[in-house]
Amino acid sequence: MGMTMTQKILAAHAGLESVSAGQLIEAELDLVLGNDITSPVAINEFEKCGASSVFHKDKIALVLDHFTPNKDIKAAEQCRQVRNFANQYQITNFFDVGQMGIEHALLPEKGLVVPGDCVIGADSHTCTYGALGAFSTGVGSTDMAAGMITGKAWFKVPSAIRIVLKNKPTKWVSGKDVILHLIGRIGVDGALYRSLEFTGSGVKYLSMDDRLCIANMAIEAGAKNGIFPVDEVTLDYGKGRFQHEPVVYAADEDAVYDETVEIDLGKIRPTVAFPHLPENTKTIDEVGKIKIDQSVIGSCTNGRMEDLRAAAAILKDRKVAKDVRCIILPGTQAIYLQALREGLAEIFVEAGAVFSTPTCGPCLGGHMGILGKGERAISTTNRNFVGRMGHIESEVYLASPAVAAASAVTGYITDPEQLTEGVQK
Amino acid sequence: MKAHGFVHKYGDNVDTDVIIPARYLNTASHAELAAHCMEDIDADFVKKVKKGDIIVAAKNFGCGSSREHAPIAIQASGISCVIAETFARIFYRNAINIGLPILECPEAARDIQNGDEVEIDFDNGVIQNRTNGKSYKAQPFPPFIQNIIEKGGLLNSISK
Repeated sequence: MGMTMTQKILAAHAGLESVSAGQLIEAELDLVLGNDITSPVAINEFEKCGASSVFHKDKIALVLDHFTPNKDIKAAEQCRQVRNFANQYQITNFFDVGQMGIEHALLPEKGLVVPGDCVIGADSHTCTYGALGAFSTGVGSTDMAAGMITGKAWFKVPSAIRIVLKNKPTKWVSGKDVILHLIGRIGVDGALYRSLEFTGSGVKYLSMDDRLCIANMAIEAGAKNGIFPVDEVTLDYGKGRFQHEPVVYAADEDAVYDETVEIDLGKIRPTVAFPHLPENTKTIDEVGKIKIDQSVIGSCTNGRMEDLRAAAAILKDRKVAKDVRCIILPGTQAIYLQALREGLAEIFVEAGAVFSTPTCGPCLGGHMGILGKGERAISTTNRNFVGRMGHIESEVYLASPAVAAASAVTGYITDPEQLTEGVQK
Repeated sequence: MKAHGFVHKYGDNVDTDVIIPARYLNTASHAELAAHCMEDIDADFVKKVKKGDIIVAAKNFGCGSSREHAPIAIQASGISCVIAETFARIFYRNAINIGLPILECPEAARDIQNGDEVEIDFDNGVIQNRTNGKSYKAQPFPPFIQNIIEKGGLLNSISK
């Protein structure tokens, strides 16, 4: 029986010729990731069980991104604990303020994850690296601790849903609209315990930034991972970037899938997820008049160069509406610098937006843009749960950078096309 | 191994943000996390919960973030077991890894009501509702998971 792409990567890392859905395996890890929130819990566990070394100092990444630059004394103490651990064990890939970025924007950018890798991270959006043709999945701090000690993790081999993409997306439709559309169709537990394997002739029309965004939100459908085939787009992205040799896996012709979902990319409209679940989606045409107080553009989902360019194309020579706070966060320091060089930072500031250094901050209601009672945000982040961005009576609407930027200008959730007829994305 | 307590009942998609809001993730202290457990879905939970109590919920319990702080907060607040129709996969893994027993049992999850008195035998997966006399059968843990839970978590089970 044929294997899915995910199953092939897992089999290779478990030293097995083949695996099948439901099988319990122990896999060798190429990278173990943690951040400033999850690593302290992992370090406590690491120390509690008496470990005195890590499995490989180059194969652990510690990124201080959630509550940084330190939002308060307790956050500072958590970062200090991670910093001390990184120094003690000489962790090569430790990223502190000044070098850090949002972990899932940073690791691909640095070439630390390559096609064929097997990665765990104590952050649910670790599934992002499926965009590169790697198996990567989110775990908790205990798994992270065990991974740092042994370089291994156990997995139940997942079955898969095949997502067949066809045709080319239209102008203002991005990876974000594709994944929101999919979650709207299958639900927040539609892929529970399973892989989402993207395939089809439409894949070639998706940039790496689009794919990273789509794989990033696989977890919002409950998936264990989301994975893309490796093609020219992947290999071009990796040129001069990949830190080790990629291994390209492809699903077998006779791979077995639980189900197949077809998506015509040409028919997807800009899509918005209403409170309080990512599955509550509507197309921009069905949204109606919804006033917003804040627009957040950034995060591990949408803080990449193309995202900032899409926002800038809309904000150029326009102003953020009175009564709206627009907060723009680049994913990494390199993206920040590139945005300065391309003049995007100037466009944002002149429009009346805030352009911050990288941080996860507002996405999870940490800092840098908390919502008050009854306030409403349009956000390019990934979750719109109750209280996610602040007060439990606040609301988050999830959308693409283009929609979030257009909404910042009008003060209402807005189709970018309304503002930009003739403007190139 | 057994659990016995009164039920706190919730619906579908109870996410980790409502179990322990991110504004409290600037600490790894179990007691501090417990003090805010379920705060954004049930502000009175910490006042009502007693040692041994049981959480019963519907589909996809623990969805969202991978924060292990969520099962830690639940465990540290005194909860002895979570029963749900289904669990989000990271939460499921995290709960077992820290030694918090969780059972998937759709029938029990639908049937058991808030405030019911429930007893669970983890050796055979039997859930007994003392309030109405009904019993339900969940899949018992395989021995390696039972061992993790009895030792109080994955790392306790592997450390010398």
